[in-house]
Parts: sequence; structure tokens; C-alpha cells
Amino acid sequence: MTEQAVTDTTHRYSEAAGLRSIAADFSSDRQAFRNVSWGKAMMWIFLLSDTFVFSCFLISYMTARMSTTVAWPNPSEVFALTIGATSLPLILIAIMTFVLISSSGTMAMAVNFAYRRDRRKTAVLMLVTALLGATFVGMQAFEWTKLIHEGVRPWSNPWGAAQFGSSFFMITGFHGTHVSIGVIFLLIVARKVWRGDYDQERKGFFTSRRGNYEAVEIMGLYWHFVDLVWVFIFAFFYLW
Amino acid sequence: MAQASAHMQGQQHPIRLYLVVWIWLFILSACSYSVDYFQIQGLLRYSLILLFMMLKAGLIIAVFMHMAWERLSLVYAILVPISAVLVFVAIMVLESDHTLLSRLSFFGPGT
Repeated sequence: MTEQAVTDTTHRYSEAAGLRSIAADFSSDRQAFRNVSWGKAMMWIFLLSDTFVFSCFLISYMTARMSTTVAWPNPSEVFALTIGATSLPLILIAIMTFVLISSSGTMAMAVNFAYRRDRRKTAVLMLVTALLGATFVGMQAFEWTKLIHEGVRPWSNPWGAAQFGSSFFMITGFHGTHVSIGVIFLLIVARKVWRGDYDQERKGFFTSRRGNYEAVEIMGLYWHFVDLVWVFIFAFFYLW
Repeated sequence: MAQASAHMQGQQHPIRLYLVVWIWLFILSACSYSVDYFQIQGLLRYSLILLFMMLKAGLIIAVFMHMAWERLSLVYAILVPISAVLVFVAIMVLESDHTLLSRLSFFGPGT
């Protein structure tokens, strides 16, 4: 009886729209993010904190580039590759961008199939995502090798402002680490999907909580975030 | 119980939506690449870069990360704090202008 009354109140609160619904959610003296599981809310909050980490990197890069009196190396020329006889500006970075966007696409499809409880398609799409992510890291390793051979160091480079090298290695290195962790995370969740852990609600080895297909969506949030960060790095570091 | 049923439903959207967004992300990436390929310079370059960046970021957050369908209190809890970053950017722009000015006036250009 009491249960019923409480549910009715929540129902009425949730009908408020706009800013009023936010006020109602936060002042309800209950779980603030209603209809949002703890796992998803925590992933969002983690991503928010990670946003600040990457923002600090990009802002320090901006500060270095704006305050130096030495000319900044032209990324369009630094990252150009000669394929055949033509020199294409930024071509490797463009390919990396397309690879990462494709992996985001396959991840979104995997989340969709996970909620349809299509175990096989979900696992295959997640493996494709992991493969594209690994390709991205491989291309980044190639790019690092090329630049190091050309004499780029965190403290100097042949073309101009010394801070170019430190910003480059810091920003792309931290992003590459995120992609690598994402690939491992993808493989773990894909294995669980393949094995049917989320159908049987098998308990997780770390949290001992019953798993469900929302884990794929939470994994997807992380992966899309990695792609999102690349959008900003591509715009500010490579194109600017 | 209510939470369990929320889990069961999850985010259900047609596959077509994801494919359309995917194609748009490809087009927008190609556009940002062509900004560099055709060597567009000056204010137009920066505004185009920012425009394509914001459109791509918006599509990823809204559709791929399902932010468009999330509860408003979660959306605000995540997006509002990010405005602090913009304040930080403004502070550091002033700071770096000041540093550049001091470097130019005390150390001379090129050193």
C-alpha cells in the first residue's frame, strides 16, 4: 500500500518537464538520475573527469603555442606522407580519423544488437571495433616512429618551437593509451557477450554483480568518448 | 523492479539512424580534411575547423552516446560542468598573451 503511494509520487514528479524536472530530480531526496543505472551514471562521471584531463592537455598546448616567440611547425607539412609520387598533407591522420569513426559506427551497432539480445552479431561487431582500434594504435605507432626518426624530441625538433614535440607526445600518447585500454576493455566485454554471461546473468569476476546487456552500452560510452577526444585533437592539434 | 524493466528496454533505435549518422561523420571528416588539403587560410579556416568539429562532436554525443534520449538531469550534470573548461580557456588566452608580450619586450623576437 505504502509502496504504491511512493510510486505514484515519483510518477507525478517525473512528469515535470524542462528545468523543473531537473530541480525535482535533484531535490527528490532519492537517486538523482532516475532510470539511469549506477554503472552508466558512473561511466558518465568518469568521462566528465577525463574530459577535464584532456582539456588541460589541450589548453596547455594552446598556452605553449600562443606564448612562444618561435614559429610553430606547420602540422600540414610535418604529417605529410609521400604516396607514389605525390605528397599528401596529413593523409595518415585523415585515415586514422576515418578508422576511428568507423570503429565508433560498429560500436554503436553492437550496442543496438546487444539490446536485441543478438549475442553473435554483438560479439562480432565488438571484435571488429577492437580490430579497428588496434589498427588505429598501429598507425599511431608508425607515426611516432617516423617523427622520432626525423628528430622530433619532447625538447626539440628540426622545424621550430620546441614545445611542439612535448605537446605532440603528451596529447597523442595519452589518447593512444586510452584507445589501447579501450581495445582491452572491448575484448573482455566481447568475450562475456560471446559466452552468454549477460543472458545467464552470470556474476562478474570483479564486482560480483549480475551482468546484463547494459554493460555493452557502458563500454560503448567509453569507446565513443575516445573517438570524441580524437575529434578535438584532430581539429586543434593537426588542423589548426 | 522498476530498474530491472528499465534495463530490459534499454536504448532501442533503428539501425538506419546509426548508419545515417555514420555517413554524416564521414562527410564531416572529409570536409575538415579538405580544409587542410585546399589550404584554406585565415578566419575562414578557423571557423570551418570549429564548425565541423562541433557538428561531429554533437552527433557523437547526441546519437552514438544516446545523450539525446537521456534524462535531463543527467544531461545537465554532465554538460554544464564542461563550461568551466571555456572559462579556463579564456583565462589562459589572457595569460599567454601576457607571456608573449613580456617575452617580446624583454628577450626580443626569435629567442
